[in-house]
Amino acid sequence: MPRFGMVIDTRRCVGCMDCVVACKTENEIPEGYCRNWVVQEVRGAFPDLQMEIRSERCNHCDDAACVSACPTGASHREPFGQTVQIDKDLCVGCKACLAACPYDARSIHPDGTADKCTFCMHRVEKGDDPACVAVCPSRALHFGDLDDPTSEVSRLLASRPSHTLMPEAGTKPRIFYLS
Amino acid sequence: MNPMIELTSSRANEMVDPALHVWGWEIPSYLFLGGLVAGMMIISGYFLLRGNGTKRDTVTYLLPGLGIAFLSLGMLALFLDLEQKLHVWRFYTTFRATSPMSWGSWILLLVYPAMATQMLLRPPARLAERVPPLAALSKRLRAIPKMESIVAVANIALGTSLGVYTGVLLSTLGARPLWNSALLGPLFLLSGLSAAAAFVHLVARDRDEQVLLARADNAFLGMELAVIGLFLIGLVTSTQAHADAASLLLGGPYTAVFWVFVVGVGLVLPLGIQSLATRHVIQHTPVAPILVLAGGLLLRFVIVYAGQASHWNLI
Repeated sequence: MPRFGMVIDTRRCVGCMDCVVACKTENEIPEGYCRNWVVQEVRGAFPDLQMEIRSERCNHCDDAACVSACPTGASHREPFGQTVQIDKDLCVGCKACLAACPYDARSIHPDGTADKCTFCMHRVEKGDDPACVAVCPSRALHFGDLDDPTSEVSRLLASRPSHTLMPEAGTKPRIFYLS
Repeated sequence: MNPMIELTSSRANEMVDPALHVWGWEIPSYLFLGGLVAGMMIISGYFLLRGNGTKRDTVTYLLPGLGIAFLSLGMLALFLDLEQKLHVWRFYTTFRATSPMSWGSWILLLVYPAMATQMLLRPPARLAERVPPLAALSKRLRAIPKMESIVAVANIALGTSLGVYTGVLLSTLGARPLWNSALLGPLFLLSGLSAAAAFVHLVARDRDEQVLLARADNAFLGMELAVIGLFLIGLVTSTQAHADAASLLLGGPYTAVFWVFVVGVGLVLPLGIQSLATRHVIQHTPVAPILVLAGGLLLRFVIVYAGQASHWNLI
């Protein structure tokens, strides 16, 4: 059984927002909302500045706080790919999952249910990449099975140093950023 | 020039950006009413065990009825907070052991029959006259051996669970460092007990019960102050994210409302007034209990709002 994750090359990402637009189009995200977004981090003292551009989304954490907090089982781990998904029929819109997520990766859809990145499982099940990965013009985004040592994501992780976001939150995120 | 870190994000989701604000007035109001009812259950259960049930003017059987009304108001607030109200019944199609909200929804379901049974042990005289089956049911209940003790213990146990749960609901949400303290459960339980003691002090007609509750309230308020102190010490001496969260109450935007109104006007002032009253220096007045109730409500607002503003380091 695969364990899907994403590897994002911050040296390749130019912050073009194609991933954001592709996600909104593919998943019919209402105006004013997004499931993925771009963060630009600048650090240092002028003129010695470093910049990292990151495409961010739900981290589909191994130890997902949203799944633990959900009172109805709407937020759950899907057997195929072990991704974190939301069953809209079970969601009561209590917002416990929004409060539980350290990445603030969720929002409330205008239909009243919790909403977030699904890793485009409707595409993945057909053998395609998630929409954001498929459109990335600089090939900064990579998707695949983290448990398969021969997969592209595993090879990239083995080849370069990487980091996750807020590892101290203890949720074991599954999106890795190549430094 | 000092090194700087600057973040620019394209995300602008409602209720999440620029700072998380998913819970408005409904949740703190519910947490206050839940805590108040928890305290009322513990106090009425204690009175029943103590034998106050035979007193003419006791609040033993009045509190469960009021508790049902207050809890229903709290659950209405909780319902209003839900974004998908038509799915509310989904709470009761499953039990999720890792979710305090799931525990809470089932505890709430058990709390109602416990309070209703205690109320039925001696229903209000006018009601019993108008509804004869109620009087008959009451007679049957009282005929069951040790029924009073069973009901009293059930109310104390469920009241304690309800009071602790209102704090645990927040403290398990580790993404919000201000809430991430095991002391929130005891703090909200103590706050619920002091609010309930203050409320009973206001409505009690039996002099002994009134004085006992004023004394008990002083003890609860004193313990609450101590737990608030420990809660802040725990945060300040923990990770940078927890220390930053504590700074919301120690110099940050919630400092004035927390120290002046929650601690000063809601805890220290009524503690002073009630200490003088129980020592017969001044008369008992409704001022202190009203301040305790207002302070308890404001405590929930400050903790819920400030907690949502706290976060792990974004870098």
